[in-house]
Amino acid sequence: MTMKTLSGTLLATALAMAASSATGAEDDIFAQYRAMFGDDNPAELTEFQGEDLWNEVRGPKQVSLEQCDLGLGAGVVEGAYAQLPRWFEDAGKVMDLETRLLYCMETVQGMDVTELRQHPFSEQGQPQTDLEALSAYIAAQSKGMPIAVPQDHPAERAAFEMGREQFNFRAGPHDFSCATCHGQSGKRIRLQSLLQLNEPEGAKASFSAWPAYRIAQGAVRTYEWRMADCARQQRLPGLVHGSPAAIGLITYLGVLANGAEMDAPGLKR
Amino acid sequence: MGNPMRIRAVTADGNTTVKVLMSHPMETGLRKDSEGNLVPAHHITTVTATHNDKTVLTAEWGAAVSQNPFLEFSFAGGAPGDKVSVHWVDNQGDSRTDETVLK
Amino acid sequence: MSLNQTIIRGALLGVLAATLASCASTPEGQTGTAQAEAAKVDPAAAKKAALMSSFETSGQAGMDRLEQDHMQRFCSEYEGRPVPAEDAKKIAADATAGVRFPEDGDFFGDWHNGEWIAKTGKGMQSNDDPSEPNGGNCYACHQMADEEIAYGTLGPPLRHYGKLRGTSEAILRYTWTRLWNSHVYNTCSHMPRFGASGILTEQQLKDVMAYLFDPASPVNQTLETAAMEQAQ
Repeated sequence: MTMKTLSGTLLATALAMAASSATGAEDDIFAQYRAMFGDDNPAELTEFQGEDLWNEVRGPKQVSLEQCDLGLGAGVVEGAYAQLPRWFEDAGKVMDLETRLLYCMETVQGMDVTELRQHPFSEQGQPQTDLEALSAYIAAQSKGMPIAVPQDHPAERAAFEMGREQFNFRAGPHDFSCATCHGQSGKRIRLQSLLQLNEPEGAKASFSAWPAYRIAQGAVRTYEWRMADCARQQRLPGLVHGSPAAIGLITYLGVLANGAEMDAPGLKR
Repeated sequence: MGNPMRIRAVTADGNTTVKVLMSHPMETGLRKDSEGNLVPAHHITTVTATHNDKTVLTAEWGAAVSQNPFLEFSFAGGAPGDKVSVHWVDNQGDSRTDETVLK
Repeated sequence: MSLNQTIIRGALLGVLAATLASCASTPEGQTGTAQAEAAKVDPAAAKKAALMSSFETSGQAGMDRLEQDHMQRFCSEYEGRPVPAEDAKKIAADATAGVRFPEDGDFFGDWHNGEWIAKTGKGMQSNDDPSEPNGGNCYACHQMADEEIAYGTLGPPLRHYGKLRGTSEAILRYTWTRLWNSHVYNTCSHMPRFGASGILTEQQLKDVMAYLFDPASPVNQTLETAAMEQAQ
C-alpha cells in the first residue's frame, strides 16, 4: 500500500519559540501565530466539556446547573460572564464566575466542593478540572458582548477599592506589587510585553482575554489562576481562591475594562 | 478511544480547507513529573484524513508536535454533503476518528 | 429581611471582635455585608483581616511576607507619584544605613557565576527549593550582554557597563550600593533590594559585580569579541 501525500497546504502547530529581535517583535510573531488559528482555539474542546457539565444532572440534589443564577437570572448564560464579578444577595457577597460556580455546585446541586476549592486548577498533563471547563464554557457565552462589571452595590465598590489597593501593595522579599510590572506602559519582562493594568486600555486587553488557552500550559487557565500565579512570582504566600484580594483585583480590572468587547477564551503563549 | 476532535471544513473556489482541533497530551517521553519521574511518551504517530473515503492526507507525527495539536490542510474539490473524516493513532495504541459533513 | 441578614446583624450587635475573628477564619467571607459593617467601625482592622484571609502559607512563602516595612508601606501608597519629602528622606536614610560593603574590600567574584545569577529567575517563590541558590533574574528587566537577546525593558540598559564606566573606587561602591539597595539613589525604585533583603549572598553580589565589570565578561564584549574570547 502506498502512502499518498496530499497536494495542498499543511500546517501543524509546534511550540512557537519566538527568539526574535530584541525590539518586542515577538508580539508580531505571536499575532501571526494567532492569525493561523483564525477563529479556532484549543479552548473549544474544554468549552464542550464545560457545556456538558453545565447541562448534566449531578450531585445529591440531582439537578443540572441550569438552575444556577450567574447574575442575569437562573440558567441565563448568555452575557453573564461580561457582568461578573457582582454582588449576590443570596450569598451575601461579591462573587466572580469561579466562586459563583462553586456556590451553585454546592447549593443548587448539593455537591461537596471542598476538594475543588482547594485544588481548582489542573496539574500539567492532567485533564481540565470541572471549574476550568465550566469557566471556559460560560465565558464563551459572553463573546462579543460589552464588559459591564457593576458598581451599584456598596460591596461592589468596596471590592473595587480593595483591588486598587492590592494592585499597589508592595510586599515580600522582592518588594513586588502588581504595579511593579503592570504600572507603566510599553515595557516588557524578558521578551514578554507587559500590559499597563491600572488604566482602561491595558485592563481592557487583559480582562477581555481571560480565561485563555495557555499554550505553555497546554490547558485553559482562568483569571483566578492568573492572579495566583502572579502572586507566586511576586514571592508572596499563596493567594486563596475566591478570597477578598482575588475578587477585589478581578473587580478592579473588570471595572477599568468596562466597555470593551469580551473575547474570551483567549489564546496565549 | 481518545478525546473528541473538532473538525471544520469550508469549500471555496474549488478547494476545501479543513481545520482540526485535537485533544492529546503529546508527551515527549522526556518530561519529568513533580516527583522527578519520567512521564512516558504518549503522542500521536499517524494522522489520516479522507474525503468520501479517498485519502487526502497522511502524516507521521512525533514528539515535536505540541500538546492539543491544531492541524490545517486543504484539498482540491469538495461539494455539500461530502464527508471529511480524520483518524489518528498514537504510540500507546489509542486511536480516534471523527468526521464532518461539508455544507 | 432574610435569615442570613438577621444572623449577620445579630452577630454585630454582639462582640465585634468575634465577628472579625470568624470572618477572618473563612477563606471567603469578607466582601459582603459583615465586612462593610465591620469596616465602618474599624477600617484598618477590617482591611488587615481581609488581607490575611486572602493568603495562606505556601512552600517557603510564609504570611510574614505580607508585613510591610516603612519603604513598602509608603511606596505602595504613593505608587506613580512622589513620596512626601520627610518619608523619602527616611527611606533613603534607612537604605544608606543598611548598606554592607564586602568585609575584605574585594568587590569581584567570578563573572561566570554572575552570568548564571543574571539569567536565573528562580529563588524565593513558593515552589522554589529553599536549599537551592537564588537567582537575580537581572535579564527580566535589563539589557546586558549582546548575546542575550531575551532581555526586559523595565530597567535601564546595562550594556558595556564596566567598559563605559571604568573601575574607580567610587563607581564600584555606587554599583554595589545599587545592587544592595537601589533606594539609596532612587526612592521607591522598583528594583528588589538584593543585598538588604538577603536575596543574593555577598559572594553572589561579587559575582554579579564581576559580570558587570570584568573586561572578559560578555557584558563588556560585542558578539565578535565574545566569540574570540570563547575560542581562547
